[in-house]
Amino acid sequence: MKLLIAIPAYNEEKMIGEVIKDIPARIAHVSQRDILVINDGSTDATADIARSHRARVVEHLLNRGLGASLKTALEFALNNKYDALITIDADGQHETKSIPALVKKMIKEKADVVVGSRWLTRGHAPLIRIIINKLANLLTFFFYGIHTSDSQSGYRLFGPKALKLLKLQSEGMEVSSEIFREIARNRLEYAEIPIKVIYTRYSQSKGQKISNAPLIIWHLFMRLFK
Amino acid sequence: MTITQIFLIIFLLFALSRVFLQYKAGNLSLLNFLFWSFLFATAVYLTAIPSAASSLATFLGIGRGVDAVIYISIAVLFYLVFRLYIYLENVRQEITELIRKLALDNQRKNGRKKSKN
Repeated sequence: MKLLIAIPAYNEEKMIGEVIKDIPARIAHVSQRDILVINDGSTDATADIARSHRARVVEHLLNRGLGASLKTALEFALNNKYDALITIDADGQHETKSIPALVKKMIKEKADVVVGSRWLTRGHAPLIRIIINKLANLLTFFFYGIHTSDSQSGYRLFGPKALKLLKLQSEGMEVSSEIFREIARNRLEYAEIPIKVIYTRYSQSKGQKISNAPLIIWHLFMRLFK
Repeated sequence: MTITQIFLIIFLLFALSRVFLQYKAGNLSLLNFLFWSFLFATAVYLTAIPSAASSLATFLGIGRGVDAVIYISIAVLFYLVFRLYIYLENVRQEITELIRKLALDNQRKNGRKKSKN
């Protein structure tokens, strides 16, 4: 299997090198694994550091948001005939050792989309994160009718069918909910695996904020009229 | 006719002339030209003959003519803001598509250069 691991990054020079370095070189069932950094208009050394760690880099000339970066990753994967795409955050909050488990889950359960859920294991998460997640899961169910334990997780695997069928429109953070719309629309097989998250002061400053919620809800609502 | 009415009519006629000039310059489609012309012409008419608004108000079941004009204006403004929002969203998406195409093309070219070297 040919696997692409994509990392959307915006001004992540502090962590991007570490994240790339931590990605396992060998993954069961994977014959070729490549790393792609989508440098989303960073003004720091994110792209240079990524290149120095032998990652492929696609550069957005302007910052277009998480959704736009994910769509670029999907197009890259399709154009270059990858069988699966894994996306992880660039802020170092995802343990990259869960990558083989995502691949294993896809094969074992014939899933089209596998999400690394932060809420399937007991752990300590900041209260504000729990509130944001519960609210987002509720909205995902309200808009798209899918039950998920972690609609906002950036740790995802898309299999060959999902790569072909997913049509993303959102440019910002609301893409995380839109992915579930696409799963529902295309009747894709959905699965989750538990993952551990490393909450540092840095990763918390980079993640979803409660102040983003009204804008995300607004964008999702307006998209219904388009 | 009051001074306010005169100033308002002058301004509205100015707006109407801009609509015509923009249409002539090719910046407005025929449909948009007709829509904006109708909007400003109606405003001129209702400003010049306020009693016309009163009969409209009676027809709609609203007390005063001025109230009817304000309610309809707010509804039209909301609709126009909505149209503008959708338009801006489309422009934003087109910019993103362009940036994505450039990014993927550049990556492909750089990849080819590296494999040649």
